[in-house]
Amino acid sequence: MRYAAPVTIEEAVGLLAAEAGVSRVIAGGTDLVVQMHSGRLAPALVVDVKRIAPLRGITTENGGLRIGAAVPCAELGEHAGLKQQWPGVVESLKLIGSTQVQGRATIVGNLCNASPAADSVPALVAAGAIARIVSPRGRRDIPVEQVPAAPGQTSLAKDEIVESILLPARGARSGDAYQRFIPRTEMDIAVVGVGVNLTLDASGTCTAARVSLGAVAARVLLVPEAAQALIGTKVDDAALTKLAAAASAACKPIDDKRGTIEFRTEIAGVLARRVALQALARANGGN
Amino acid sequence: MSGVHVNTLVNGDAYEYVCDTDETLLDALRDRLGFTGVKEGCGSGDCGACSITLDDRLVCSCLVLAVEAEGRKITTIEGMATDVGLHPLQRKFIEHAAMQCGICTPGFLVASKALLEKNPNPTETEVRFWLAGNLCRCTGYDKIVRAVLDAATEMRPTAMRKA
Repeated sequence: MRYAAPVTIEEAVGLLAAEAGVSRVIAGGTDLVVQMHSGRLAPALVVDVKRIAPLRGITTENGGLRIGAAVPCAELGEHAGLKQQWPGVVESLKLIGSTQVQGRATIVGNLCNASPAADSVPALVAAGAIARIVSPRGRRDIPVEQVPAAPGQTSLAKDEIVESILLPARGARSGDAYQRFIPRTEMDIAVVGVGVNLTLDASGTCTAARVSLGAVAARVLLVPEAAQALIGTKVDDAALTKLAAAASAACKPIDDKRGTIEFRTEIAGVLARRVALQALARANGGN
Repeated sequence: MSGVHVNTLVNGDAYEYVCDTDETLLDALRDRLGFTGVKEGCGSGDCGACSITLDDRLVCSCLVLAVEAEGRKITTIEGMATDVGLHPLQRKFIEHAAMQCGICTPGFLVASKALLEKNPNPTETEVRFWLAGNLCRCTGYDKIVRAVLDAATEMRPTAMRKA
């Protein structure tokens, strides 16, 4: 295996483009190193992006936040602006593994590992986050929900790298939240995860919403029908009942040791309701 | 293939080693540099026995490639006690009998030290969540949590004087 630690993104994508065999990008390595040592993956080339200075930073952009691909979750969890604007994103990344794992893991790695149960991905999808992708052909921006293609697979070409994630400006009277169901309190993989981001007008009517579900399909889902259940309402009980039904209806889960199809489908609705109420409280200025 | 030459700083001292590209930092620390206080438990980032700090961040050394340590700053359990004596956390772990077989203890101590540097006055819940990635099969955790809280209490006046 060749290991390279370039200092520019152009050099990094050039290395990937030139590699004929299996190549991987390493940022936090919390999934990659495990895959390598379990024998599931034997890359010919590993490109470390942590020495590319712009990928280590968090910058403001048009009132939003651009997060470099190599910023570990622990650093994001300490970022005052991110905590204030996107508490749902922060609570999602604080659920990724342990303190030690968060010291290394990145949200771009969580996204590109393409696990349907990735905790930060529903929160990012609900937030309307945009991934900036670099290749030898230049840069392109796509919604984060278009990055995972199937379990363990992304839509990216082999010479493409996600350089950063843009979280848009947090508007007035809006809030986000993420919760997952696990049968214990910590250190587990989501049975169901739900991210909700919503905006109210001055009268308290929901004018915009995004609802995302994790661990209930082959990839993290954006569920417009669930968002439609909230838009135009005061997020009252009738709207929440419709939201829960739409969330459950969107599920295409598998049966596995963590949960059955029936259980996941029902829990998606229950959690969607809870998470919407938490996002609503935050939109109203609460926690 | 030929090895990669790495220069790094461990517990304040400069070290160099030659490693394979797919070797973990855990293996390099133990087998090439002799820091055998860093323990291998699961090898997959679940148990925390191999906890170290890398550029002041608490990480599992089993999830870091040895080649990544070039120019970085590492601390291990071996850097915790000083010439003056044991670190307060180490003393409190002994006082509270917060260990039995001992294999998890270096990881717990390194992780607990990282917690108290960020949060000198943690609640019991904060201690338990911070240490959720460190597994102990002997103690049932209560003695460990009590030792950390007791050490925090003892260390706080010193920390406040510094501030």
